[in-house]
Amino acid sequence: MLYDKPPMRLVNRTPRTPGNEAPISSATADPIIEFQSVTYSVKGRSTPLISELSLRVTSKETLVLLGRSGSGKTTLLRLINRMLVPSSGAVVVEGKSTMEWDAIRLRRHIGYVIQEAGLFPHFTVAENVGLVPKLEKWDPARIAERTNELLRIVGLDPKEFAQRRPAQLSGGQRQRVGVARALGADPSILLMDEPFGALDPVTRSELQREFSALARRLGKTIVFVTHDLREALLLASRIVLLQNGRIVASAKPQEFLRIDHPEVKAFSASLHTVSGEPA
Amino acid sequence: MTPWTFMVTHRAEIWSATLNHIALVLIAMSIAIVIAVPLGMFIVQRPALRTFALGLASVFQTIPSLALFGFLIPIPFIGGIGPRTAIVALVLYALLPILRNTYVGLTGIDPAVLEAAEAMGMTNAQILTRVRLPLALGVILAGIRTATVITIGVATIAAAIGAGGLGTFIFRGVAMVSDAVILAGAIPAAMLAILADVFLAFIERRLRVQ
Repeated sequence: MLYDKPPMRLVNRTPRTPGNEAPISSATADPIIEFQSVTYSVKGRSTPLISELSLRVTSKETLVLLGRSGSGKTTLLRLINRMLVPSSGAVVVEGKSTMEWDAIRLRRHIGYVIQEAGLFPHFTVAENVGLVPKLEKWDPARIAERTNELLRIVGLDPKEFAQRRPAQLSGGQRQRVGVARALGADPSILLMDEPFGALDPVTRSELQREFSALARRLGKTIVFVTHDLREALLLASRIVLLQNGRIVASAKPQEFLRIDHPEVKAFSASLHTVSGEPA
Repeated sequence: MTPWTFMVTHRAEIWSATLNHIALVLIAMSIAIVIAVPLGMFIVQRPALRTFALGLASVFQTIPSLALFGFLIPIPFIGGIGPRTAIVALVLYALLPILRNTYVGLTGIDPAVLEAAEAMGMTNAQILTRVRLPLALGVILAGIRTATVITIGVATIAAAIGAGGLGTFIFRGVAMVSDAVILAGAIPAAMLAILADVFLAFIERRLRVQ
């Protein structure tokens, strides 16, 4: 089994009619993140990057946004922590529209991991990991304690790594630090944008396996962006497939490959290629 | 008279001209840094102003230094004969390298780092002071180094408008057709430039992030 939690409530039973979500049932738990008919467009582009998209992310699920380059998955992620704001519709995080949130507060409340980690090269590993706690004015002893704890969680010995600079780490180690940094102030939501995309295949699958175990242990709500179906199948409690800014399929991993949709077929075909990378 | 004997006999005068020279350079550089570094930060987000500011600073650099000193003399308040006019001219010369390097340093940062900084919930001010500036510091300092070396050289010409400094000996030597007198100004000026270059390169290496 990929996960040992009770099965997630399937939100979108009619995958090919995006924007046409089942009515919200008051009996179920509130979603922690909710896209309410969100459109995001930029000037100079005729088609919006995200079109009338509705999606609910429930607490503690690992939702994988799968799609080709340009399908809108990163845009969706950036709408959650208000790096972008919707052109119409609303993104609701913990019951409050991102527009009502103070952007800084919201972001410190949400962990974020990107490809290549984006570590601060002039900070030590410990300073990188302790950044958000420091911004939140924790006292130094508590920051040090938290930093050591997080480094151990991601499999790095604090004694060996805490005082190193990012330049003195391998790609895999940098990405581990990136994950630790995102967990800094113990956010309940973690956004991950192809975090393992730039790693060599061996390191990547190592980190994927470890992260899959870690995700279950942490009990965070995770929204994970990838173009790699294997990764999606390994990590997700639910896969949402995007195409041209719309949701074309949404299912648990076991059910995902059985969905009859050309884009799902295109992705599952990629599983059988030698490299496992979608075209 | 050999250059050496001239320098020995006039050492007090050369020393005071050197101090005068250093003062001109320090004052001009301080003003140039105070103008160019904040301006460089300011133009990062403003393309129209950036083109204008960098263009204007380039224009100052293309004006021959002697002509620039000449142009400034009749201008009220900043002009006239003496060190004040010289400092204005030196500042105008020093602007471009500092401004350009500040801009290049601030914009040449890995976009992933800036994205992470924003996503971590740093405010714009925090991103500037804790991420952009520290990472750009080496490049900014390289601009300050270039500007300092240029200013030390150009400051010798300031003697032509009565600002003093080591140029005094050079102009006097030219008038007297005496290599010894010219060298009494040129050698200390060259040494100043080399020392400043080595010293600032040392600091720059220490601050640059690998």
